[in-house]
Amino acid sequence: MVMKITLGGVSKPHSSKTMKTGDWGTEYPVVDEEKCTACKTCEYLCPDACIVVVEKEDGKKVAVPDYDYCKGCGVCFSVCPAGAIKMELKEIYKLEVC
Amino acid sequence: MSYFGPGHGACPGCGLTIATRNVLEALEGKCFVANSTGCLEIVSSQYGRSAWGVPYIHSLFENTGAVAAGIDLALKALKRKDEGKVIVLAGDGATADIGIGPLSGMFDRNHDVIYICLDNEAYQNTGNQQSGLTPPGSNTTTTPVGELLPGKVGRKKDMVSIAVAHGVAYVATASVAFHADIRRKVRKAAEIEGAKYIQIHTPCVTGWGIDGKQTILSARLAYETALYPIIEYENGELTRVRKIKERKPVEEYLKIQRRFRHLFKHPRGKEIISMLQKIADENAAKFNLDV
Amino acid sequence: MKKVVRGFYSIAYSVKLCRPDVIAAYPITPQTEIVENLAKMYADGELGNCEYVTAESEFGAASILVGASATGARTFTATCSQGLILMSEVLINAAGMRLPIVLVNTNRALSAPLSIWNDHQDSMILRDAGLMQIYVETNQEAHDMVPVAFKVAENPKVMLPFMINMDGYKLTHAYEPIDLLDQEVVDSFLPPYDPPVYMTTKNPLTFGCYAPPNYYAEFRVVLQNAMERAEKELEKAYKEWAEITGRDWGGHVVTEGVEDAELIAIAMGSLTGMVRNVVSELRNQGKKVGLLKIRTFRPFPAKEIKEILKDVEKILVFERAVSFGYEGPVGMEVKSACFGLTPEFYSFAVGLGGRDVPGEEVMKIINEVYDGKVKQGFHFGTVKPFEEVVV
Ligand SMILES: Cc1ncc(C[n+]2csc(CCOP(=O)(O)OP(=O)(O)O)c2C)c(N)n1
Ligand code: SF4
Ligand code: SF4
Ligand code: SF4
Ligand SMILES: [Mg+2]
Repeated sequence: MVMKITLGGVSKPHSSKTMKTGDWGTEYPVVDEEKCTACKTCEYLCPDACIVVVEKEDGKKVAVPDYDYCKGCGVCFSVCPAGAIKMELKEIYKLEVC
Repeated sequence: MSYFGPGHGACPGCGLTIATRNVLEALEGKCFVANSTGCLEIVSSQYGRSAWGVPYIHSLFENTGAVAAGIDLALKALKRKDEGKVIVLAGDGATADIGIGPLSGMFDRNHDVIYICLDNEAYQNTGNQQSGLTPPGSNTTTTPVGELLPGKVGRKKDMVSIAVAHGVAYVATASVAFHADIRRKVRKAAEIEGAKYIQIHTPCVTGWGIDGKQTILSARLAYETALYPIIEYENGELTRVRKIKERKPVEEYLKIQRRFRHLFKHPRGKEIISMLQKIADENAAKFNLDV
Repeated sequence: MKKVVRGFYSIAYSVKLCRPDVIAAYPITPQTEIVENLAKMYADGELGNCEYVTAESEFGAASILVGASATGARTFTATCSQGLILMSEVLINAAGMRLPIVLVNTNRALSAPLSIWNDHQDSMILRDAGLMQIYVETNQEAHDMVPVAFKVAENPKVMLPFMINMDGYKLTHAYEPIDLLDQEVVDSFLPPYDPPVYMTTKNPLTFGCYAPPNYYAEFRVVLQNAMERAEKELEKAYKEWAEITGRDWGGHVVTEGVEDAELIAIAMGSLTGMVRNVVSELRNQGKKVGLLKIRTFRPFPAKEIKEILKDVEKILVFERAVSFGYEGPVGMEVKSACFGLTPEFYSFAVGLGGRDVPGEEVMKIINEVYDGKVKQGFHFGTVKPFEEVVV
């Protein structure tokens, strides 16, 4: 595809979405749906706008991380008032030390 | 909350982006952003990879107050003021150092602009050099710790007083530790005609030497030690402060950050720590922070 | 409507007729009277919906216009000398952002030593900034070129800042009978600004990106392409202006008596009048000399200039600036345009810092070059004898 050079370098909104930052981190957050109170603290504080409280089919609201973008920073984990988030090491970093 | 990101390039756990998201959320995306050169700009405005969902402009490092004034004037002249509020998002270096002239002009002419300083307490985009808002004792690459010197020796510039002295109708500080407070203050500012100034404490994981898990903790400790008082001025009067229940000694804030670690072993460390404690005590007294 | 007015008023009046949306400026001699006049028009409610502000500096004024122009406003400022240099970071940025800001530069020397008087050192330093630059000879031309500047700057094929250069004091403060334009004439020539892109919440675009190495070069090629298109669009606008007003200022260049000339003298701006007089006097004496006046400096009409100079034996450039460590900037440009030709080349820096350039000096220089009495290359015009000392 031929490169497009816009007038003055104007860019379209949200075009950063093509940058999948989900592979940056070594850890990822796991939400305990039982403990989550859907308080949205994590949603407001995630630097990468990638954890959102959604309503599940059964009507329960829970925070769901978007691993396509999550950088594993641990902000959500550190602020969850319900202690509902755990950070886990990604499989590929679970190296055996010989 | 879809006005900023995802896919931006900030370090994991960056405080700037947290503040930015809450500012835009407060205005429900009805705003024009003028952003100075710096971390936020670099991580969000690469050609063809914009993280912004609101009209956005970046011109230079030191002219953002004036650029925003120009947007305000154009909206007035073109009778498009109802489209949204004009806001500045500028780093502490852009605000307190190199861009203070255009900022002063914008204040002085009282443009209808919410100027938000994202204070990560150094030039982080260029690798942690000291700014006027770097606190004493901080180890930056231009105030490095050496045999003689314990990091930055000067003070943190009092931008709040500078804004108040310009007659700015609404002046506040905020912190990513209190996200709802950021949104409330931005909404309040949006209701006031004329220039507004909000300075938000935004920890920088890389420059401060903290982990993403400590971003909010460090911001909270800055408040709990009274090193970063959370205050509000309206028409020159101090109208509101966030009281501190049990004020903590400054060491609690300093010890979790690499930029201050040397203070616990440098020959002049004690002197700097007691200077910082004195600043915190003075803040507590001046703003009546202790409950 | 002919009226005897001063140069600064002829600009302010013309700016008003162009219906600008935002004017931001800062005073500096000898430009101040332009913005004072605009400020008065604003105070008297004569500028319609226009917002006029005095900024905290020229840097601030230009920056205000960046924000305003990106928001879709027609923008104007005026400055010179120290003010222009202070604006330079912003103007270079505006060119890259393709913002059609129009400014009038009332050419003035640069400090040190401080001088409020005229030469072209200020605008020459902005040669590579990405601004279109023209130089006017008279106040009527200055008055007429303001609508032309807006028209070409805002042309969707161009979208670049436009700087009109008029000599400080020599033009700005001179009284001339000026045929002041009618609003209808300007309206028929200059449509309202219709920005191809602008900041709006209805389509929230991102302006002022940063470009990594895999994009940056293409943006610079595009800037160069825009300048190339500007050469054609400006030429068209000059012609259209002549048709509408009956005042033909010529194209990028204007020539007189060059066809059979052995020597062609080159000048820009208000000095041209003097050079023209001398040239025609010498022609009357039977000397084969001609005049080439350069009106458009950026985009530089190199092909046209080469064509005019292709058979001439001697080129003589009257400079108003110096590129220290080399020679006069206009001469450098002319020489590069003439690459492949082999004329003798002379350039003389005259009238620096407002020094008077008497007709006799121009006459002497042309005669000496014509008669082969001076070395080829760069020279300063008349300077007094002096000795360099420390204190
Ligand atoms: C005139 C000018 N001087 C220096 C720079 C280099 N520079 C770019 S960003 C920056 C520091 C930004 O610091 P700050 O405003 O605090 O923003 P941060 O990156 O910390 O968020 C510097 C020094 C520049 N771009 N322009
Ligand atoms: S780990 Fe960080 S990036 Fe991932 S969801 Fe939590 S706060 Fe967002
Ligand atoms: S902060 Fe914790 S409890 Fe609140 S929404 Fe997020 S995961 Fe659920
Ligand atoms: S260096 Fe600091 S301020 Fe810049 S993106 Fe990284 S964490 Fe954020
Ligand atoms: Mg900073």
